[in-house]
Amino acid sequence: MITVVLLGKLADLAGAPALQLAAPLDWAGLKAALPAALAQAIDDPRNRVAVNGALLADKAALAAGAGDEIALLPPVSGG
Amino acid sequence: MAAHVPMRDIRLLDQMFLPGMLIGPFTQANKGLGGVCTFVGEVRLDQGVEALELTHYEPLTLSGMHDLADRAFARFELMGLLMVHRIGLMRPGEPIVCVSAAALHRRDAIDAVDFCMDHLKSAAWFWKREKRAGEWHWIEPRAQDAVDLARWHS
Repeated sequence: MITVVLLGKLADLAGAPALQLAAPLDWAGLKAALPAALAQAIDDPRNRVAVNGALLADKAALAAGAGDEIALLPPVSGG
Repeated sequence: MAAHVPMRDIRLLDQMFLPGMLIGPFTQANKGLGGVCTFVGEVRLDQGVEALELTHYEPLTLSGMHDLADRAFARFELMGLLMVHRIGLMRPGEPIVCVSAAALHRRDAIDAVDFCMDHLKSAAWFWKREKRAGEWHWIEPRAQDAVDLARWHS
């Protein structure tokens, strides 16, 4: 399984702070497995993606396998 | 005399803290300082705001604060840097952030705190929501935060 962690308002769109999805996942596979509103939101360039704590420069290059953690990160609201 | 080892204390706290309990020992730990500058941010008593909640993402947030501290040490002549940020649920009036810098000269201490605060406010990995009339509302980034950050990019 792959853990998908949702931060900020993306957690509201998912209805949960984390989801478990079947491995493996690429960008298209991730979007297909998410609720439609969330899948649409994560295409917004302001929303960033990290895999195992490392930010992806190019979301479309996502390649996650079993045991990986994907984080979906909306713009920060600061401290 | 041995070279001074920079003192750094970077923390995320999930419980209420008293800034004085941090600032006193921090100042004492930097023997021979010429100046210490401290900023404490508190949850503002805005109309109708009952509570504030800060979410972080463990793999990014604290390491991002350490990167920020590295940049502050590289940019200013510092003896020590304290950077403490709350996460979790807070009430108006509670401290949310405390940054303190010790240096031989005041300008480095003052500017380092200003630099750290501008970056914490606009670029650190925190998501904030506030409760008004029993409902939670996410706080969006403000244009002013980007302006504040741009001051350091010249």
